[in-house]
Amino acid sequence: MRFSGKKVLILGSGGLRIGQAGEFDYSGSQAIKALKEEGIKTVLVNPNIATIQTDPQMADQVYLQPLNLEVVTSIIEKEQPDGILLGFGGQTALNLGLLLEEQGVLAKHQVEVLGTRIAAIRQTEDRDIFKHELDTIDVKSPKSYCATTVAAAQAAAEKIGYPVMMRSGFSLGGLGSGKIDTAQELKLRAQECFAAAPQILIEEYLFGWKEFEYEIIRDAAGNTLTICNMENMDPMGIHTGESIVVAPAQTLTNPEHQFLRNIALRVANHFGIAGECNIQFAVNPVNGDYRVIEVNARLSRSSALASKATGYPLAFVAAKLALGYLLYEVPNGVTQKTCAFFEPALDYLVVKIPRWDTQKLKSAGRTIGTEMKSVGEVMAIGRSFPEALQKAVGMLNIGASCLSDYPQQIPDAEDEIKYPTDRRLFALYQYFLKGGTVEQAFAWSQIDRWFLVRVAQIADMENTLKQGKLNPEALRSAKETGFSDRALGRLFKEPEDGIRKKRLAAGITPVVKQIDTLAGEFAAQTNYLYLTYHGHEHDLPPSEERPIIVLGSGPYAIGSSVEFDWCAVNTSRTLRRLGKTAILINSNPETVSTDYDESDRLYFEQLTLERVRDIADFEKSMGIVVSVGGQIANNLSLALAQSGYHLMGTAAKDIDRAENREKFSALLNELNVDQPAWQSLASLASAKDFAREIGYPVLIRPSYILSGAAMNVAYDDATLEEYLKQASLVSPEHPVVISKFILDAKELEIDGVASHGEILIEAINEHIENAGVHSGDATLVLPPQNLYLETIRRTKKITKKIASALNITGPFNIQFIAKNNKLQVIECNLRASRSFPFVSKVTTHNFIEIATKAMLGVPQGRNYNTLELDYVGVKAPQFSYQRLKGADPVAHVEMASTGEVACIGDNLLDAYWRAWLASEQTVRNKNILVSIGDHYKAKLLPYLRQLEALKWQIYSTDGTHSFLFKNGVASYFICKASENCEPNIQTVIAQRKVDLIINIPTNQKPTNQSDGYKIRRAAIDHHIPLITNPQKALIMLQCLIELCDVILPVRSWQEIVGVEAPTISTLQGVA
Amino acid sequence: MGMVPGKLLLETGEFFFGQVPVDQQEPCFGEVVFNTGMVGYVESLTDPSYAGQILVFTYPLIGNYGVTDESTWESKKIHASGVVMSELAAHYSNHGAQKSLGDWLREQGIPYITGVDTRALTMRLRSKGVIPGAIVSDDAMPQRFENFAAKPWVSMVSVKEPITYGVGGKQIIVVDCGIKENILRCLLQYPVRLKRVPHDYDYSNEDFDGVFISNGPGDPKHCTTTIKVLKKVLAKKKPVFGICLGTQLMALAVGAETYKLPFGHRSHNQPCMDLSSQKCFLTSQNHSYAVDESTLPADWQVSFRNLNDQSVEGIAHKKLPFFAVQFHPEAAPGPCDTQWLFQKFYESL
Repeated sequence: MRFSGKKVLILGSGGLRIGQAGEFDYSGSQAIKALKEEGIKTVLVNPNIATIQTDPQMADQVYLQPLNLEVVTSIIEKEQPDGILLGFGGQTALNLGLLLEEQGVLAKHQVEVLGTRIAAIRQTEDRDIFKHELDTIDVKSPKSYCATTVAAAQAAAEKIGYPVMMRSGFSLGGLGSGKIDTAQELKLRAQECFAAAPQILIEEYLFGWKEFEYEIIRDAAGNTLTICNMENMDPMGIHTGESIVVAPAQTLTNPEHQFLRNIALRVANHFGIAGECNIQFAVNPVNGDYRVIEVNARLSRSSALASKATGYPLAFVAAKLALGYLLYEVPNGVTQKTCAFFEPALDYLVVKIPRWDTQKLKSAGRTIGTEMKSVGEVMAIGRSFPEALQKAVGMLNIGASCLSDYPQQIPDAEDEIKYPTDRRLFALYQYFLKGGTVEQAFAWSQIDRWFLVRVAQIADMENTLKQGKLNPEALRSAKETGFSDRALGRLFKEPEDGIRKKRLAAGITPVVKQIDTLAGEFAAQTNYLYLTYHGHEHDLPPSEERPIIVLGSGPYAIGSSVEFDWCAVNTSRTLRRLGKTAILINSNPETVSTDYDESDRLYFEQLTLERVRDIADFEKSMGIVVSVGGQIANNLSLALAQSGYHLMGTAAKDIDRAENREKFSALLNELNVDQPAWQSLASLASAKDFAREIGYPVLIRPSYILSGAAMNVAYDDATLEEYLKQASLVSPEHPVVISKFILDAKELEIDGVASHGEILIEAINEHIENAGVHSGDATLVLPPQNLYLETIRRTKKITKKIASALNITGPFNIQFIAKNNKLQVIECNLRASRSFPFVSKVTTHNFIEIATKAMLGVPQGRNYNTLELDYVGVKAPQFSYQRLKGADPVAHVEMASTGEVACIGDNLLDAYWRAWLASEQTVRNKNILVSIGDHYKAKLLPYLRQLEALKWQIYSTDGTHSFLFKNGVASYFICKASENCEPNIQTVIAQRKVDLIINIPTNQKPTNQSDGYKIRRAAIDHHIPLITNPQKALIMLQCLIELCDVILPVRSWQEIVGVEAPTISTLQGVA
Repeated sequence: MGMVPGKLLLETGEFFFGQVPVDQQEPCFGEVVFNTGMVGYVESLTDPSYAGQILVFTYPLIGNYGVTDESTWESKKIHASGVVMSELAAHYSNHGAQKSLGDWLREQGIPYITGVDTRALTMRLRSKGVIPGAIVSDDAMPQRFENFAAKPWVSMVSVKEPITYGVGGKQIIVVDCGIKENILRCLLQYPVRLKRVPHDYDYSNEDFDGVFISNGPGDPKHCTTTIKVLKKVLAKKKPVFGICLGTQLMALAVGAETYKLPFGHRSHNQPCMDLSSQKCFLTSQNHSYAVDESTLPADWQVSFRNLNDQSVEGIAHKKLPFFAVQFHPEAAPGPCDTQWLFQKFYESL
């Protein structure tokens, strides 16, 4: 039955974090488009301000508010929606939806859950019920028994048969988990476990089984399809999100595929899925036996991948089905001739590789396993596995353009193949290069030989290439196997451009192919494209009008999150609105920019010099936008300009003047603008001399960086030496810079747009944290609340000078530190920064639209108010420390947050409190643990005193306790982790006796073994909110005093900023 | 196996470069058709309906899981006359595989060509329709291409003598026009006896409970004897079930017309609607010809329709137990979502 309601609430997924990234911007945006097409009013709750879905032209009402029970209940009370969508905002939305239902909120306000019924969602979410349900339809799931005694464990193991997997209940970090081969071993290990935990799980051992996933779509009438199947290269034992994945599955025969597909359909029918779900299978490689691992009754990361891999808009169709449409009633947006009831046929294959950032998160290990650590992913399309695999490697932005030129030599390949790390693929490659065998690699890894043979084949080709000459024949087969020009250049001691010239001279160029969902069976006017060397003909001619190419962001990584996707999409939309042909290039399947309806042509391709040139040459592009995709795109600017391509906006030489430390510093001197003392590293000795001269602490950083990779603060000679080594590892081509690290200074930044050096718009963001916290991890306030007018005036003046000197046209961002009336410039980027969506939505002026117009030379006004606002916006970081075992959760100069949220409030406290809650944190009861370095004790005292008066229970450690005691504030004394006494801090945290922890380290130099680290880590592991920054602690304590007990009123973005939602006719890019 | 440059030539004069095995000297002729299935090359190649055709696989990697044993084949040998691929897997991986696809093709003497831009070729076939073509190893341009449509393909793939299967109660006559083994497997799930007869065998005076008319290659209008016998049988009003070619033969037997589709349906993802229940099914298909709806007699109706191009995918008599589908409920390869049709047939007996 068709949904007849007029208004639908959509729950988003909040800030990006490990396991839940930008894919839900894609799914939520598609849902909004699908609903708007039906004339249904949409109300979206999502505090992730950097998303497309929270743009004014998307949902009718956007609530940039915390996704928690209280707030969403208030929104439901206020908006009175007729329906709610729970499947488009990841696990966050699903869990919240279950909670709303459980609490009777949905029933009370007669909100219909659209799509899969709540009861079915519960069945798929609860492990035991799920297994039971599968039993009733004769579908196998892994055998698993709970045991509380050694005897019971042994009995369970007998039933399953050895080897078994033993898991310790309630343990963190997989402690006590492992493979058990014999009854003897089980007895021993189980005894150990029972010493620490009351129960253990004995499970079937499935490590090494092959892993497959099917994406299912089903309508209310029971028409069911599997849209895509995928095969994991890494077998069971490695989380799907951590696996290299290929679609379609490669090693299944037709009967095997049909068998799994039939189970998938049976399961979807049994649970009565209405919309989308996925199912994961483990398959025994020896006999084809199977187990169903899990079912997700919602859009997921894999469904985003499947959507991009096939061209089938899963989220859009799922939204239609949730409204009661049947599959054959929904048109196929790609062919325009057929309907959504079909399973795509691919005439290419895709390879997904996860993107890790473990090297940035200091203490988190590199090993990968059953838990997710990756922060993003790339997807490559090709017509052979080596081609697609190598393309994917070049998309990762980890210094490798294909397997051959991975910058690190892996000392013990065997070890990393056996005990997988984030670089296992490269370990395999290097192992094969040195003559390793597929059989040995198989024995170590259990990776199907199909994959290993093909990786070995690439290595063989490298070895063969090295022995011969690079004649056209060898060059063509190298390109078909996916070798980049750069890597070939290294092998043959030639510059990359030399290889390119040779290649073009021999007529070896890739061809452009379309993704049309039906493998060419129907004529489709599709603009979804990729390049391959396995072909002789282009599918289509170059664009009719000379296009403008927009470079997207590439994979999500720490420092490059959904905000750059927002920038790319808004650039493309603006270009199209101005009648230009816009081409988008991106490699990240978790994005809106890779929706084929967001540009005139979408190239799902590498953001490398070679590939961008291939596309620009084919399309005869008019210009390339390098300033909206973050650092990957920005880094291509010089090389593209030198190769003769026209850059839109600021000239490449000026970009270089801002990026190059020496040149930028000289420019600042010329302009009479102050900057912290710095020097480029010549030698270790001179570095030490310089550091002593300006005085420790000093900041170390390589140039051309984003998110502070290898940035560090050295406090003495020893740490200086250590960090310098790390820095040169990260970026050997670029010099390392040492500068004075200024303590106790305020930090602020300007986001702006200029045209020919004249400022068009600018917004000043103030950091809550003092300088020293990476700007990506800092909490931003707009408009500034604690800056002197004088500071603002001088900031603007300096900005004006710099913009003029660099002749900026387009977006820019300048960062400042202010201390004792002294204003210093620390960084200038001639590209959109990660706060562009934030400043655009808080000020209501779309900075990217203004920047795009500037780049095109469209005349426009410059009277924008970004300072005198009736409200305050606060952008807060979203961290993923829970996913990174061992990482120290202290924000410092190197960026660690994986995402961000932002809320707008009446005043600073209101906005800050909402933003804090929006980053998935909450204070349940009035128990606080404080452990504060001497420097800050006095500052926080008045607030702690007020908390005491408000009946808060305060817990404190040694120094803090005696300080509070002396000042007449009562607190419970607890022992530090290193003191072997009770009540110990670790016990208090483990028992969750406290609801918030404020731990301010004495200095900014974190070490793992310190007591502070133990508190911080325990807080994260037990999901207790933690504040480690003194300025944040100050504002947080005020929030606790003033807002903690208040029910927050809710207002939508449109209501707060006073903007009407645009009508549907202005909505660009709807399918 | 060493590879040398080769070509796929089309009658239109167009050609596509690739590589052919060094010992593949003779040109191979056939009607060039494409299949968009991503799995199932073993089943497709052994499907007798591909007799006389050069089969182009649009999925670029073929041979990934090797070749499984004969019990999974659709007949005793490869029927396609030649194979066109982008890449023939040099290495396969599957626990059930017995040999590589390359070895199997050579063993069966089936010419092939790899390294072809199969997408460009498919787009050509889509716009121009199926075209006679040849796989050649040198620059020689054949003087003339074979006329596929003129050949009596069914008589070349049908059994020569009747064969019986099963011990059940009901007797079914299975008219073999190039039947796929999986149809027999599907029918034999029920307690039935099958008598598989040659395409031109007159069974009209025999004792049976139902008749099954199989799939097969080529133009249905060549099967004059089969149609003649079928006409007599329909008069007996006993259940008749047809698949693929069987549908076209049934249509011709009741006076309707068939026509050739521009490039046919050959894939595992053809969406069809059962018009009686409005339910949709994903079907496996392999046919060049279709029934002309406007020529159906008044007491017949369209039972299934293709959701992509609205063509006729099934016909049924309005009262009598005669029905036929253009798709392959036995799948192999492809989805098994319509296997309930065999149940329906059995229940009608």
